[in-house]
Amino acid sequence: MMNFNAVFMYLTGMDLGTFLQHLTNGISLGSLYALVAIGYTMVYGTLRLINFAHGDVFMMTTYFAFYGVSTFMMPWYVSFILAIILTGALGMLLEKWAYRPLRDAPKISIMISAIGASFLLENLAVVLFGGRPKAFPSVKILTDSIQLGSVSIQKLTFVIPIVTVIFLVGLLYLINHTKTGMAMRAVAKDYETAGIMGVNVNLTISQTFAIGSMLAAVGAIMWGLKFPQIAPLMGVMPGLKAFIAAVIGGIGNIKGAVIGGFILGIGEIMIVGFLPSLSGYRDAFAFIFLIVILLFKPTGITGEKIAEKV
Amino acid sequence: MLKIENLSVAYGGIEALKGISLEVEEGKIVTLVGANGAGKSTMLRSIVGLVKPKAGSITYQGKNLFAVKRHDLVKNGIALVPEGRRVFPDMTVLENLKIGAFTRKDHQEIKADLEWIYTLFPRLKEREWQAAGTLSGGEQQMLAVGRALMSRPKLLMMDEPSLGLAPLIIKDIFNIIRKIHSQGMTILLIEQNANAALHLADVGYVIETGRITLKGTGKELLDNEDVKKAYLGESVVAKK
Ligand SMILES: Nc1ncnc2c1ncn2[C@@H]1O[C@H](COP(=O)(O)OP(=O)(O)OP(=O)(O)O)[C@@H](O)[C@H]1O
Ligand SMILES: [Mg+2]
Repeated sequence: MMNFNAVFMYLTGMDLGTFLQHLTNGISLGSLYALVAIGYTMVYGTLRLINFAHGDVFMMTTYFAFYGVSTFMMPWYVSFILAIILTGALGMLLEKWAYRPLRDAPKISIMISAIGASFLLENLAVVLFGGRPKAFPSVKILTDSIQLGSVSIQKLTFVIPIVTVIFLVGLLYLINHTKTGMAMRAVAKDYETAGIMGVNVNLTISQTFAIGSMLAAVGAIMWGLKFPQIAPLMGVMPGLKAFIAAVIGGIGNIKGAVIGGFILGIGEIMIVGFLPSLSGYRDAFAFIFLIVILLFKPTGITGEKIAEKV
Repeated sequence: MLKIENLSVAYGGIEALKGISLEVEEGKIVTLVGANGAGKSTMLRSIVGLVKPKAGSITYQGKNLFAVKRHDLVKNGIALVPEGRRVFPDMTVLENLKIGAFTRKDHQEIKADLEWIYTLFPRLKEREWQAAGTLSGGEQQMLAVGRALMSRPKLLMMDEPSLGLAPLIIKDIFNIIRKIHSQGMTILLIEQNANAALHLADVGYVIETGRITLKGTGKELLDNEDVKKAYLGESVVAKK
């Protein structure tokens, strides 16, 4: 073990413990990107729409959770669960008010509506919650650190990937083995025929938004615990990166979104870890990586052909 | 059972249907034949609410069909085999068949119907786990018919089920249509293969550029000189 560590250090200039710390950090950041990316990819898969408001829906969750604990004095777990449910409802309302009326309109109209919805949520948050950042409720059992040999690691670093995996397994089960999931896949491929088969297309699209938003909400809560400062524009950067993750993985494909999320999260942390002098360019990494992927594999890593729906 | 009256449909400025009327009586096979672009698919798409008619009415079992939501059609016993099959390519054959029974809750009966479909189309049973997108055209057509049957429809509507298929497969498909009809299903069949369709049908309609120009029993239309010339070209050539 000592020898291996020495060799590793010689090769990478970093000792194994530090490397593993970066890796776990990267995995947990990647989990959060993955959870948010799924929402982009599911909505794109169904409506061929980039839901620009998704990052702002993510932001709203943290405020729901904040007010649940601070104003309504709920226990944290009640507040978090309620915040997730409220976010699901918000996603459904977003679809109903901003996108459904434009479903048969040209794609550009619905895209503009998405941008408008994003601005609306951001500004609504400023008006309702104030522009000044607030402190996300801290939950000691989750944010404590544990001592592993010489390094101390926040429990959250393990909690995040575990929670993510649980939700991913649940999602894949839902999509592949339930009637609702079958309806979602059918609507995504061909909503006209799905409707003729008796699938309620509006309901199914609503459910798609609810699920995508709730997964983002799970991500948002863990994000709040990890980076406990919330603000009306906090959803923009994670939203953008999760979108990039979805594109890198092959938008429309759920597994791709997860893979893209992990690549982006781990890559971002590793760049900073190995090349600390570049840490100022941390956010640029995602964009550079996106450009590289798009150059070599325009349809993303999972490489599904994107059949343009007309 | 199904009654279409004075149905007019326009796409933008182009009138695809110019006031057609058509009736499907319970227990019958009714066929609508016509050339490319005559408006056959437009009529079916109006029935399932995929196009909004400009004028006219469609009643089904006394009900105004325009007031029925698309996803409730199947509960009312209407099933469609759409033009171009439209199977779900990423789903398996089995899943495609199951989605045909999407609104049904009688699991035992669904199983029985699945077996029934597999006896009608043994080929589908062999390929139960194959992604529908990788099936051959003929197999996809069988799947589209099987999927529609899985809803246990009272009225089965088919849009050119023989399109692009080899003569032998066409014969199979028509035999199946005859078989399911003999089990009591009402059928509205749209075809360009007028010869086969008219041989099968109780009642036939001929549509030309958005207007019904002829109506009669299958046999009457087969014997009609105009129909012979316009739609049964092959047999005219054969007689020479
Ligand atoms: N979405 C659409 N937009 C504009 N015009 C359309 C549209 N769909 C059909 N049409 C036109 O309406 C007319 C009737 O088309 P329809 O598809 O009903 O014909 P069809 O009888 O089914 O022909 P085929 O046998 O080739 O399938 C055609 O002239 C067609 O070009
Ligand atoms: Mg047609």
